[in-house]
Amino acid sequence: MSNNFLTRTWNWIDNRIGFSDYIVPLMVHLVPDNARWWYIFGSATLCAFIVQVFTGVCLAMSYVPGGEDTYQSLVFITETAPFGSLLRGMHYYGASAMVMMAVIHMVQVFMHATYKYPREMNWMSGVVLLFVVLGMAFTGQLLRWDANGVWSVTVAAEMAGRTPIIGPTLAHFMLGGETVGGSTITRFFAMHVFIMPAMIFAGIGLHMLLIMRHGISEMPDVNAPVDPDTYKEAYEKRIHKTGVPFWPDAMWRDMIFSTLIVGVILGCSIFLGPPALDPPPNPSSINANPLPDWYFLWYFAVLSLLPPQLETWVILGVPIIGFVVLFFLPLISNKGHRAPSKRPWAGGIVIFGSVAFLVLTIYGYKKPWSPDFGVKELPASVVGTDHGPLAEGAKLMHIKGCLYCHDIGGYGGHRGPELTEIGKLLTRDDIIIRINNGGHNMPAFASSISDSELQLVVDFLLTRGVEKEPDDKNSTTP
Amino acid sequence: MSDQQPPADQPCCQLKRRTFLTRVSIALSAVIGFIIAIPGIGFVLAPVFRKPKHKWRTVGKLKDFKVGGFVLVQYEDPSPVVWAGVTAKAGAWIRRASETEFIAFSINCRHLGCPVRWVEDPRLFMCPCHGGVYYEDGTVAAGPPPEPLDRLNVRIRDGLVEIETEPTPLTLTTLT
Repeated sequence: MSNNFLTRTWNWIDNRIGFSDYIVPLMVHLVPDNARWWYIFGSATLCAFIVQVFTGVCLAMSYVPGGEDTYQSLVFITETAPFGSLLRGMHYYGASAMVMMAVIHMVQVFMHATYKYPREMNWMSGVVLLFVVLGMAFTGQLLRWDANGVWSVTVAAEMAGRTPIIGPTLAHFMLGGETVGGSTITRFFAMHVFIMPAMIFAGIGLHMLLIMRHGISEMPDVNAPVDPDTYKEAYEKRIHKTGVPFWPDAMWRDMIFSTLIVGVILGCSIFLGPPALDPPPNPSSINANPLPDWYFLWYFAVLSLLPPQLETWVILGVPIIGFVVLFFLPLISNKGHRAPSKRPWAGGIVIFGSVAFLVLTIYGYKKPWSPDFGVKELPASVVGTDHGPLAEGAKLMHIKGCLYCHDIGGYGGHRGPELTEIGKLLTRDDIIIRINNGGHNMPAFASSISDSELQLVVDFLLTRGVEKEPDDKNSTTP
Repeated sequence: MSDQQPPADQPCCQLKRRTFLTRVSIALSAVIGFIIAIPGIGFVLAPVFRKPKHKWRTVGKLKDFKVGGFVLVQYEDPSPVVWAGVTAKAGAWIRRASETEFIAFSINCRHLGCPVRWVEDPRLFMCPCHGGVYYEDGTVAAGPPPEPLDRLNVRIRDGLVEIETEPTPLTLTTLT
């Protein structure tokens, strides 16, 4: 009786909304039987997006996009609101998962050349989606409206400001005025929660529509290069002969992997927690050390390592050229072999890109080009004594900021050359000239160091790397 | 198109009517879009076309500034919105060079805008982001900054030191 009632109810609803007519055929559309674990990354990206939408909507119920209140609302969400810390963590790690899955999905599609005929537009819509996802990641970092957020948006505006002719217009559009302020956060909030998600929803809709129209591609076959004249007909024949329904024959793998991804997001939120908040978003505070989230650290490193004359063109060129090359890739090559073994250059590009990303990310994290403001004074174990002229010279190395950029015996920054062995490499005169006049990327200190201070520093440096005399009067050993 | 014969069951005036209605619908869609978009675009772009405001902001009493190194001062943004709170603040490095002369710089590095720090003993400004270094006169000493620190106008009025506010300094690219 009860079952009959439920069946009748469902049939009534199904008759009105057309679930069996429209949705079921989509769910059971035929997919290649060899489309196995390689094809799970797209659905994982979608799953991460669902995590972002849900956690984002929840967070928006307490998040206040306006000036100082923004920071206070973030503190409330993190420290007071039930499940607030967990939700912030899930939103943060969900963003990382979405970026990672989108990139891995794209790499897989690239390696299998799935972008070739007739799926050129699938790839193009995917490229647009990837860039919007990166835009979401960037604006999301700024919505963590603390000191890092304020200075990150300043950096972004400065980058936009480098655009020829329209640079200031773009920068002021981003900031919502001539400076970072209350109007800035509301702009980025609107972009992050309305404009970009709407673009992603529309992009996913188009992407799915194209998947349904052209079908899921088969695994590459060395003996079956893509010929646009015959591909569609041959694909249809094969898929009707050997294909399996997506639901449930293929989808179970997507579900297992997506469950794993959500589990990892949840686990990271529980055990690692959300990203810590920096001090409040005060644009007049200089005690900030702006760093992008991990997915942009490579770009941060690029901007630090480039020769200054190339910098503007790389700042502007990398996103534009990157987008154009990726977007138009299928129009350059839409037929022929799909198998990676026949496209070694594709593998080379992926390997080179991955290694470059990894190396630059590590560099960006360590940022050896930045002065180490927190460096401590050299200990006696490094100086070789705790009193006398050598100790004074070592102390001056710290006071005058030399150690911010130079490492001695493991203490100091890495912006300039290491000075641990400098006594072996340069003469007294060389060192004096270098300190007074500066040189390659080093300021001149002539106006800020006295003769006596200079002598103490040089005397100290000349002992670096040189064997100590047994009767050294500064030695701490008896 | 105009040469096409209408189907037998369709009078010629009906085809013209359909063409007319199609065009009217497209035109009205454009009108609706225009009506919706214009105020929105104007609202969003307004800050871009607003003339930069320059205001004099008091940063302290004259007697509180000793001749010597730079000190960090805070003042209010030239055009704060009412909800801005702490984000309405702006900062500058200011130095009393003599009894009557003050020198002030924006805290923004001219590389990519990060906040530079004054380090007293070597008398240098240093940037934590990409390692830009400036001398005490604001000129570039090392690193990637393409331009000197942005100098701000300072005046003394009624025993108070005032700084003239400026937009965030942008490094522009000229096509030459």
